[in-house]
Amino acid sequence: MLSAVQQFGQFGLTFSRKVGISGIFLFNVLFRRPKLQRSFPLLIEQLYFIGVFSLIIIMLSALFIGMVVSLQGHNTLQRFGADQELGELLALSVTRELAPVITALLFAGRAGTSLTAEIGLMRATDQLDSMEMMAVDPLWRIISPRFWAGLISAPILTLIFDMVAIYGGYLVGVKWLGVDSGSFWSNMQASVGFYDDVINGVIKSLVFGFVVTWIAVYQGYYTAPNAMGIGRATTKTVVYSSLAILALDFMLTSVMLKNW
Amino acid sequence: MPMPISSASSDTFVKVTNLCFKREERVIFDNVSLRIARNKITAIMGPSGTGKTTLLRLISGQLKPNSGDIIVYPLEAKESGIPIHRLNRRKLYQLRKKISMLFQSGALFTNLNVYENVVFPLREHARLPEDMLRDIALMKLEAVGLRGAHHLMASQLSGGMARRVAMARALALDPELMLYDEPFTGQDPIIMGVLVQLIKRLNYALGLTSVIVSHDVAETASIADYIYLISNGKIIGEGTPEALFAEQSPAVNQFIHGLPDGVVPFHYPAKDYAEELFS
Repeated sequence: MLSAVQQFGQFGLTFSRKVGISGIFLFNVLFRRPKLQRSFPLLIEQLYFIGVFSLIIIMLSALFIGMVVSLQGHNTLQRFGADQELGELLALSVTRELAPVITALLFAGRAGTSLTAEIGLMRATDQLDSMEMMAVDPLWRIISPRFWAGLISAPILTLIFDMVAIYGGYLVGVKWLGVDSGSFWSNMQASVGFYDDVINGVIKSLVFGFVVTWIAVYQGYYTAPNAMGIGRATTKTVVYSSLAILALDFMLTSVMLKNW
Repeated sequence: MPMPISSASSDTFVKVTNLCFKREERVIFDNVSLRIARNKITAIMGPSGTGKTTLLRLISGQLKPNSGDIIVYPLEAKESGIPIHRLNRRKLYQLRKKISMLFQSGALFTNLNVYENVVFPLREHARLPEDMLRDIALMKLEAVGLRGAHHLMASQLSGGMARRVAMARALALDPELMLYDEPFTGQDPIIMGVLVQLIKRLNYALGLTSVIVSHDVAETASIADYIYLISNGKIIGEGTPEALFAEQSPAVNQFIHGLPDGVVPFHYPAKDYAEELFS
């Protein structure tokens, strides 16, 4: 009994210590004085690797998800004679929930693991230490551009997801299943609020992008410098990011729907 | 015979005094004192896992000691010295421009080619036009015999070539102190000979102070001016290579001559052999 309590206490201490370290790490990444002239090209480079390279998976996933939502939605709405509401159902589902959450989950799986593996490998091969020895701060040179690139990419990818998913839904609903095009778009326009739905979705994606990128760079920076350590770190990035996204989604949705 | 600890700091580049360092509960260094002489090659040797690389990281400020002092005497602070373990990040980075380290793996940036790797510290710290950077980088690569390989990616290099490129990069900012972490490990005899001669030639040609951490006795002893032997957190022997080879103490004798059994036993502690076999 006593050893169980001791183990629980040890777990709590270790967990608190790790949360503290990750908080200090985040503070240093955010507030280390940037050398703007040198940081901007690094940021652009990372936006390309993180954002542009994630486009294909985001767009393909958005297309199929839009198509499936439209298909399922039409199947149910048709029973109540409300298939003209398909546009509204599709747009609200996508902009409020599906776009920010699925974009963040895919972002964690594709870009997050890539960041963790890249930074972890740099740790394992002493590249970060050699940078320190050359009096170059790896936090501003390596970590900070990647963090800001992730934070900027997430909402942009979410907006792209919105557009492609709605287009996918339009293809299935209107072109295939025969829903009236005018009703589809006009009901969507009438029901979707720019601030309540689209902007709230972007705010969610900003929060998710912040958390996912923070977890990814932290796991890479503090990984054990060996193959098993990098493997574990990439797994932790996906698991912790996914759980954080789902938990934060619930909290943010409660606040946004004023049910808090 | 121990090196006299001179009160004049002008012939000392690093002075370590009463150094204590622990990792969790394990004592790595227990009241260790040593001196790195200016413009000389000092070797730190000892059995695997004894903390040689940790000592390099303490000297370079990557780790902080639990107690004791590590004073560095670059040319700008030749008399007063700088306690590297007490510096804030900004001052530590300023001092690190005078100190370079060659890591065991080379630690080249894998997304850059040889030229970009060597020019990296110059681009970060020296506001020079691109053609001047190019000249300096090519001169550094020429010094290590790899000027013709400047276009190769880091992943295309053999182990020996990677170490030499890393050496060129480490010399880019014309440091005063070079730290070599196991430079000969895993190298064939030809590359080992190349690296040995490079370290010696560059040390004397450029007026460097060099610290080599290694357990390759023959190669290191051929170029070192002074050797410290560390084991179990303490210095068990020190002196010139000739003095250490003639040393009679069992611990030093076992390490220097590579004897399989002695102070560091061959057998892991176990029960009596006959008793365990026939019981």
